[in-house]
Amino acid sequence: MNKAPVNKIIPFSNVDGPGNRTSIFFQGCSFRCQFCHNPETIRLCVHCGACVPGCPVHALRQDADGQVRWDPKACVQCDACLKACPHSASPRIRWMTVEEVLLEIRRSLPYIEGITTSGGDCTLYPAFLTELFTRVHEAGKTCLIDGNGALDFRSHPQLLSACDGVMLDVKAVDPAWSMQLIGNDGTSVLQSLKYLLQAGKLAEVRTVIFPGRDRENAETVRYTAARIGDRCPYKIIRYRPFGVREEFQAFLGEDTTDAAYAESYARLARDAGASKAYVI
Amino acid sequence: MSDALNIIQDPTLTYRQELVGLARLGESTDDSLRYSDAYYAAKARGALCDLNEGVMPFRPRYICPDYELLFRKGCDFLQLDPPKDLLEAVNVLEIFYCHVPSITTYPVYLGDLDKLLEPFVIKEDREYAKKVLRLFLRNIDRVQTDSFVHADIGPEDSVTARILLELTEEMQLAVPNLTLRYDPEKTSDDFALACVRCMLKTAKPSFANHRMFVREWGDRYAIASCYNGLMIGGGGYTLPRMRLYECALDAKSPEDFLDRELPKYIDLQLEYMDKRVKFIVEESSFFKTNFLVTEGFVKRENFIGMFGVVGLAECCNHLLGITDVKKGFGLNPEATRLGRRIMDAIEKRVSEHVAPYCDAFDHHYRLHAQVGIDTDGMDDSPGTRIPIGAEPAMLDQLEVNEQFHPYFPTGTGDIFKFEETWVKTPEAVLPIIKGSLSRGLRYFSGYLENNDVVRVTGYLVKKSEIEKLRQKKQSLNQVTLYGMGAQDGGHALDRRVQAYE
Ligand code: SF4
Ligand code: SF4
Repeated sequence: MNKAPVNKIIPFSNVDGPGNRTSIFFQGCSFRCQFCHNPETIRLCVHCGACVPGCPVHALRQDADGQVRWDPKACVQCDACLKACPHSASPRIRWMTVEEVLLEIRRSLPYIEGITTSGGDCTLYPAFLTELFTRVHEAGKTCLIDGNGALDFRSHPQLLSACDGVMLDVKAVDPAWSMQLIGNDGTSVLQSLKYLLQAGKLAEVRTVIFPGRDRENAETVRYTAARIGDRCPYKIIRYRPFGVREEFQAFLGEDTTDAAYAESYARLARDAGASKAYVI
Repeated sequence: MSDALNIIQDPTLTYRQELVGLARLGESTDDSLRYSDAYYAAKARGALCDLNEGVMPFRPRYICPDYELLFRKGCDFLQLDPPKDLLEAVNVLEIFYCHVPSITTYPVYLGDLDKLLEPFVIKEDREYAKKVLRLFLRNIDRVQTDSFVHADIGPEDSVTARILLELTEEMQLAVPNLTLRYDPEKTSDDFALACVRCMLKTAKPSFANHRMFVREWGDRYAIASCYNGLMIGGGGYTLPRMRLYECALDAKSPEDFLDRELPKYIDLQLEYMDKRVKFIVEESSFFKTNFLVTEGFVKRENFIGMFGVVGLAECCNHLLGITDVKKGFGLNPEATRLGRRIMDAIEKRVSEHVAPYCDAFDHHYRLHAQVGIDTDGMDDSPGTRIPIGAEPAMLDQLEVNEQFHPYFPTGTGDIFKFEETWVKTPEAVLPIIKGSLSRGLRYFSGYLENNDVVRVTGYLVKKSEIEKLRQKKQSLNQVTLYGMGAQDGGHALDRRVQAYE
């Protein structure tokens, strides 16, 4: 049975693609972004047990087999376990089958345009997504991937044809800057950008603008804008330190990107050809 | 101090509000319309409530004139000819509105404004038409100073509806309340989205399930006052309500309630309604001499009695011994199932009762989920709503509503409060509304958490006007006072915000 680790499912979301969508967050990510806002989605739990004693309502326990187990009914969502985890993981994960996910999202189907899979990085589980999307399409709803671009879509043609589009983060173009920022030289992201454009599956692209990083911001925006042109929206996002772990705030600064500064990159993007560029 | 002196000395009442208060006091000096002792006992303990309708009804509670007829043949009594252009049309309406009685003394139904005015609007330059409609809306807001004044638009798109939406947004007025009749086949997504955008900025329009209302009433129905379904050219005689929580206080168990207490109170409320309806029709002069009747703008056959209920949630929670509302009705399947059983029982018993002067409706009253009044506090939630503060996530709340809305042809509704990001994504709000209407929701209202105009329980008030009252200043809108009461006693503005979580 094909199972995947699900971090959470949000029945109604207005920020994960067009219309009202059900968002499914998967656990695990191969990048290590300095500015990750959900660091607890990065790794799978290694059952070290460090989070167990801190749970105020005993929703966590470590069984004789060494496995840390979570009781969703008892949990009060205080997030103490997430803060306690030294491994960028979460004990609140459910390994679900496609059938189980479908059962859970069935109730939201009448109210949504489709689903968006996100994470972490949902593309760590291409076979699972392919099956899920096929089933959701049967219910007449659309399926979007919110991905980090790590997956080489060329080797997963079924996934690409099963999904309606991919929303991609282009974080850095310069390999050295990319290495610093996301712990990866970013080649796979740029290849994804190119390939998804060719395949007509790019639904939107997003770039975060960092305060004071004039050269890096400009390079990323110019490169990306020139390639996507008018073919999809290009969202320029302001860096916000809120939720970013402290050690990384030291690297990226504690300032939020200034609105006018971000706006100047939306203009730059439009000048470079991305007619649908705007700040969100 | 006498009640009259209290009214006369109250610094927060406008002249007209004093007048209405004094009239109500005067009406209460005659008690010749009598009910049984059991009724008075039930009223005294708060199980039944007459909504301060007054002891001597001298007009039906809600009146929905046939404005199309007015435009077709004019009005002799008011010496109005059929209008020939837009200026004449709004002038005729403005005059006529001042002569439409109701429980509030203000007209609760202003007509299907888009359909009425479209033939005149399209003959004019758009900017000119907009200016006329701006003055028209200003007149309504300043003259019909009551938030239960209600206008309808849709289901089809029109130039007039679009202008009204633009003006609603630009003017940010609490009056009139506004409803879009939504029909998936007749209402375009583009028009519906314009309504969503307007709703997120001004708390109106609300969305009515057109197909459901047409199935029950035919296509000549009005949405009036809060969200009341009624017949055009007719209205509602009276609206008393069972306060279900208080009705349940003596019950020893859910079964005892269903077998003994509930039927008793239903029958007492029916007795009360029968007497009032007969009095209005047979004794008061309204149906004999009022020009609305004699000239055919309303017909007695199109009136109905509205059987109101409130506090289903508290009733179920009490009967099941649930003290934590977050584990009660709407969130606990057992309590919600009990709610269905209670509503089934009420619906059945009311539909078995032969009601006087309801011949056009198979001689039956129809149910109404009453929206609460300012003095209810936290004892009885409006109609079948989940108590404020206990609302589950939106999806769960909608599913509960969808089970209960079909019971109430004369009106029910629920309100959803959205946070800021939804303004940018009206296309995310529309599928929620469409989905829910297709699944049995009757009436959807929404507003944005930090707007000035907000929806309290069914009506709109301006938060800035409530502030005026707190500072002992007058508010032109007589409903502002209820808004303050509902905010203080019922925490009506603290409902759950639909945020991304
Ligand atoms: S979020 Fe839940 S599992 Fe984690 S510590 Fe809090 S209660 Fe325990
Ligand atoms: S969630 Fe983190 S802290 Fe808790 S057991 Fe897993 S790896 Fe250890």
